[in-house]
Amino acid sequence: MGDVTAPAPLEIEKTESAEEVFAVPEPDVPWVTIVHNDPVNLMSYVTYVFQTYFGYSKDKATKLMMDVHHKGRAVVSSGTREEMERDVQAMHGYGLWATLQQDRK
Amino acid sequence: MPGHFEPLPGGGAAVALDEVEISIIRSLAVQLLELIGPGPAENASADPLAELFAEGPSEPPSDPVLKRLFPDAYGGPGVEADTPEQAEEQRAHSAEFRRFTENDLRAGKRENALAVIRSLDALTPGGDGGAVLELTAGQSEQWLRALNDLRLAIGSRLDVVDEEDTDLLYRLPDEDPRKPMVMAYLWLGGLQETLVATLMP
Repeated sequence: MGDVTAPAPLEIEKTESAEEVFAVPEPDVPWVTIVHNDPVNLMSYVTYVFQTYFGYSKDKATKLMMDVHHKGRAVVSSGTREEMERDVQAMHGYGLWATLQQDRK
Repeated sequence: MPGHFEPLPGGGAAVALDEVEISIIRSLAVQLLELIGPGPAENASADPLAELFAEGPSEPPSDPVLKRLFPDAYGGPGVEADTPEQAEEQRAHSAEFRRFTENDLRAGKRENALAVIRSLDALTPGGDGGAVLELTAGQSEQWLRALNDLRLAIGSRLDVVDEEDTDLLYRLPDEDPRKPMVMAYLWLGGLQETLVATLMP
């Protein structure tokens, strides 16, 4: 019993990597919430919303706010479509201009 | 300090408001309530379950202020549709999102504006008509959102669509008919800026 040293583990590894290659990602393509720039919303308020609602650190919230401000928009969260609809609704509740879309990466 | 919220020890915030400031905020909040519209309760059917499951509108509002307060959830600048089919799909998704969220969003914004009015009505003005408004942390959050909605509303009416517009507002001549509204807009911005500072985690 103690001398079963078959090369089985090797085969298992091969199978796993093969599965990865042929995995079909379609149904799992994530959705993203995008916040758009708006000259009315205060930079401090937008940062506050990102910290409060998403629980992001001050640094991350500030960086996202600056992206919105300078690039016109920023991806602030990703997940399932249902989760992103919740986030977009919450952003509208705060008065931020947000939309969702399927990630095109 | 006038026009500035300051943090209260133990949480919350306070601001000294004079008689005119109290009446301006109150009147703007009332106008916002009228614009957002009555809650389901005011034209409700006798069946409370029907009210619970009532669907919201599927078309975006025509009023520019309401359109900004309740924007489409699909599409937008930088994520425009590439084909007419995609545009139609975005429109359909936005309509569906609106049906299931706009009533709740309107109710939330109505609650925040009502909270502002209630806290102003609870003030006991001194001899000069002014008073110190003290907010709990929870009330501060409602005030913060309501101040933002008020600024979005005024910003839409003043056609503030990019940063340059804001710069122009600062340089309006005194005789410009928009001047009083601009003063209110900038003053509310100061209130919001100092209130958010008291809440920063």
